Amino acid sequence: MSNSLLTLAVFLPLAGAAVVAALPSTAGHFAVRVGCAFALVALVSGVVAGAGFDYSAAGTPQLVVDARWIPAIDVHFHLGVDGVSLPLLELSLLVSALCFVYLQWRLPEPGRPKALVALLLLLETGMNGTFVALDLILFFVFWETVLIPMYFIIGLWGGVDRRHAAIKFFLYTFFGSAFMLLSFLAIYFTAGTFDITRLTAHAPAGFGGVLGDVVFLGLFLGFAVKVPLWPLHTWLPDAHTEAPTVGSVLLAAVMLKMGAYGFIRIAFPVLPQAAHDFAPVIAVLAVIAILYGALCCLAQTDLKRLIAFSSVGHMGFIMLGIATMTEIGVNGAVFGMVAHGLITGMLFFVAGSLHERYHTRSIPELGALLSQAPRLGSVLTFTAIASLGLPGLAGFWGELLSLLGAYSPGPGLNVVLYRVLMAGGGIGIILTAGYFLWTLQRVTLGRPSERNAALVITDVHALEWGAWAPLVGLIVVAGVWPGLVLGSTVGAVHQLLAGIAQ
Amino acid sequence: MLGIAGAGGIGPFMWLVPGLAFASFFVVLFGGRRMPDRGHWTGIVAAGAGLLLSLWGFAGLATGAEAVHRSWTWFQFPGISVGFGMTYDFLAGIMFIVVTTVSLMAQIYSTAYMRDEPRYTWFYAALSLFTGSMLLLVLADNLVQLFLGWELVGLCSYFLIGHFWESSENSSAAIKAFITTRIGDVGLLFGTFVLFIGAHTFDIAALNRAAAAGHIGQGVLTAGALLLFLGAIGKSAQFPLHVWLPDAMAGPSPVSALIHAATMVVAGVYLVARMFLVFRAAHAALDVVSIIAAITMLIAAAAALVQDDIKRVLAYSTVSQIGYMMAAMGVGAYSASIFHLFTHAFFKALLFLGAGSLIHATGSNYMSDMGGLRTRMPHTFWTFLVGAAALAGIFPLAGFFSKDEIVGEALRAASSGRQITAWIVFASAVVSALLTALYVTKLCVRVFYGEYRGSTILHESPRGMTGPLWALTAATLGAGFLGLPVVGVFRHWINIPGEAAPGFSTLYNLVLPLGSLVVALAGVWVGWQVWARGRFVLEVKGTKLAPLYTFVAHKYYLDDLYLNVIVRPIQYEAARGAYSWLDRRVIDGLVEGSAHITGRVGGALRILQSGHLQRYLALLFAVLVVVAGVVMN
Repeated sequence: MSNSLLTLAVFLPLAGAAVVAALPSTAGHFAVRVGCAFALVALVSGVVAGAGFDYSAAGTPQLVVDARWIPAIDVHFHLGVDGVSLPLLELSLLVSALCFVYLQWRLPEPGRPKALVALLLLLETGMNGTFVALDLILFFVFWETVLIPMYFIIGLWGGVDRRHAAIKFFLYTFFGSAFMLLSFLAIYFTAGTFDITRLTAHAPAGFGGVLGDVVFLGLFLGFAVKVPLWPLHTWLPDAHTEAPTVGSVLLAAVMLKMGAYGFIRIAFPVLPQAAHDFAPVIAVLAVIAILYGALCCLAQTDLKRLIAFSSVGHMGFIMLGIATMTEIGVNGAVFGMVAHGLITGMLFFVAGSLHERYHTRSIPELGALLSQAPRLGSVLTFTAIASLGLPGLAGFWGELLSLLGAYSPGPGLNVVLYRVLMAGGGIGIILTAGYFLWTLQRVTLGRPSERNAALVITDVHALEWGAWAPLVGLIVVAGVWPGLVLGSTVGAVHQLLAGIAQ
Repeated sequence: MLGIAGAGGIGPFMWLVPGLAFASFFVVLFGGRRMPDRGHWTGIVAAGAGLLLSLWGFAGLATGAEAVHRSWTWFQFPGISVGFGMTYDFLAGIMFIVVTTVSLMAQIYSTAYMRDEPRYTWFYAALSLFTGSMLLLVLADNLVQLFLGWELVGLCSYFLIGHFWESSENSSAAIKAFITTRIGDVGLLFGTFVLFIGAHTFDIAALNRAAAAGHIGQGVLTAGALLLFLGAIGKSAQFPLHVWLPDAMAGPSPVSALIHAATMVVAGVYLVARMFLVFRAAHAALDVVSIIAAITMLIAAAAALVQDDIKRVLAYSTVSQIGYMMAAMGVGAYSASIFHLFTHAFFKALLFLGAGSLIHATGSNYMSDMGGLRTRMPHTFWTFLVGAAALAGIFPLAGFFSKDEIVGEALRAASSGRQITAWIVFASAVVSALLTALYVTKLCVRVFYGEYRGSTILHESPRGMTGPLWALTAATLGAGFLGLPVVGVFRHWINIPGEAAPGFSTLYNLVLPLGSLVVALAGVWVGWQVWARGRFVLEVKGTKLAPLYTFVAHKYYLDDLYLNVIVRPIQYEAARGAYSWLDRRVIDGLVEGSAHITGRVGGALRILQSGHLQRYLALLFAVLVVVAGVVMN
């Protein structure tokens, strides 16, 4: 029974998609409720899986399902969770379910709930599957499964410039994943297996020198586009800005994590030597992303685009943590992934709700939110404060551990370079506070403009609370009790790095 | 109760004090608006109970109870262990009394002062959150927990400075405060890293022990201490990061009294005190502390002299007085520094609350709108006068004993030939003492003497406000005696960890105090002649002093420098360059350009643009087939 929990968590949404697709087209909002039910049941099975997880053995995959799939090339249907994938799976399950709660409050234009719900459920299966796949081909299938629904979600339910944003998103990611696939094949032909557990338990021989670097580069392109790591990020602001609220939320909260997860799960453990060569490069790009993201945030007048660039910066901290190749840094990275999922997901929810009320995303046109809708303004303030890394809230620990890791990077890495990078990250912390507080000042404070004063601004709706309360709660809990995430990741990261060190 | 009376007295339960404040925060935040009093009693009772507990705890320490150290593991994994704990000793005990006393007074005062202001309940919630966070900072037994409290008080400061956020001037002041201090906070964070990697612990006591025993390398110590001090410079408004504090006066007066005079702004001094053995083991660090502090006390005292806004005078005065505390740390006058922190908290809170009372009555912050208030506002006048005399260092008030000890210890350090910096501190402290007496006299004369220059109908403030003024007056009068030479007990309570209190010496405890009293009285006399009698008219226009005056009056052009050379260029030019040029034009231009070419060559874009689900799935399938084909071969 317990071994089917993962299968349930991954494929229940797919089943839900089929059910919703079979509904008559007159189903309307009923489709949203059906979708929500499937996502919630999937979440429950994920929570049960998490409750039954053996945290003392977080380094080994649990709840494993392993069946032969394409025997000719030894491809397996191989699922399992360890301490790194567990929090990300839970994050994906939770945020997906909350998106359905939110959809019950507002459907993006032009409606068509049946299609939207089916696509979101398909997307969820892809995301969940990516975090638990233990076979490279299976991983690739899940990875690509994410692409198509998101393409349509942006392209059909997005803003004015949706079509361009959707195509850009698609081509960018497709470009990256093509190289990723080539690298997967190269791994197969060199190591003779697609099995991730076997590949990472003992880093395969034969990847010394140039071959290893080339294969790593392929993986890098696939994962770095998804993260996105500077300078491969330019699909992100367009996609985020044009996507409907739930699309932006899932993109930020879950999909960006797939790239960083790919580095931790596949690229670094399978190719430790090449990873070691590339780590300083990744670290440099990560810190550029932190500073560059912050500067671009200062230049934004569109609220969603600003949050998108803030993601570039935050993902920079995560990549810096990974690139330190230390337990402190990598744990910080996974913590940062969860925190960013909770916080930035929340930011996009609020930005969407602001748009519903003010019919604009333009920061200069917004203002005085705290006087017109004090609760909504307070939620935005809270989330922005969390995002700028205030201790006691989730955003802090990831940055702390990433930077601490950079102060004392893994063996063989250039300490001076990493310390300079840490200082760069420190400047990023200051700039981050700067653009968030400036945004809060422009959006939440002051007196309402004539235009806004004429609008009827309702405060937070019960369904909005339903979608947000779990995120707000977890932002506080993870901040006060970091063990919530670290309790799971520590053992697994230890195992992964032990494999790399061999 | 019997259990409490055991070995550690009530010490082990002192976490209750911040606990009460945090509980009060949640109660007021979520329930305050439904209460008939709009939440203020919850905060007042929590702070009052906290004060009683703090006094009880301190009495325990004074009668011989052991200092309390407790630590639990917050989280750990190979290579790192972060604790959560408490250190309750004399230093923490003094801070507890300061924080709870001033918090209680500020909250009682606000029932009258903030009565008709917006967001009354939120204001009280934030005061409770601040009180709890400040005590959390004080109680911390390790640097990570200290940092948590450190950031939380900064956040509360941000909220409260910008309490009247309808005006962007106030919210900008709040942002300025947060960002400026955050520069220091990053230093504190990195200093914590340096010490952690150097000594493998975040534990404050362990770090001090290791530093004193020479187990940490000189380079690590110096880097760590200086980075920590950067945090102190930001939080305690020392040169060159002091610029946020005068602007922070945009917050309501009780906030200025609590946060920006008595508690949060002295957190930097507290940090140096807590990490003192680390600072002392790294010799250069204390020299840097001394020099920065000497500069700060002098330039801030001079700036206070040319302000017209009464709260800004007091703000610069605070910067200057914290300079005294820091300088005392720098020359090793540990006890004197904390003693000055202790007395300053009371008299400066008193002065800020008094200023609030004046502003309440006159409707203006400016001394040029006041005058002659002595008779109209007698309670405010008499209490303010006590605070002012204490600040000026007039015997027998609090500031006399504390400031005087700093000057004395600086001379002791200087004459022992150990530190050139001690001479600088000594000279700066003497000149600053003179300036302090001058601006204090000017303040009192301009506000309370002469003719009323404002236009409102004057009235004494209500009892809710004058009550706390008298209470703080009593504290100001009483506190100084704890530090009396010979009989004062303060130095036996608080001293450099592990060292005995310095003994009595005629020069430092008798001659010098008289000398510094003469300096202070001279300042008062000159000030009285100038501003009350109009004897020596200080006309600087057209004289050689004019440029100097302009320089000081423009706040040494530091604000202009920061704004025009750092903030604006980043906020606008660099941001626009990064986004409009580099991001949109260069990077995205390349991407869009190449996609365009690809699209034309392959026609792939047309297929993709069709928007049919089937085609995409077919495409995906085709890719997989090709892949499978490649693999099979």
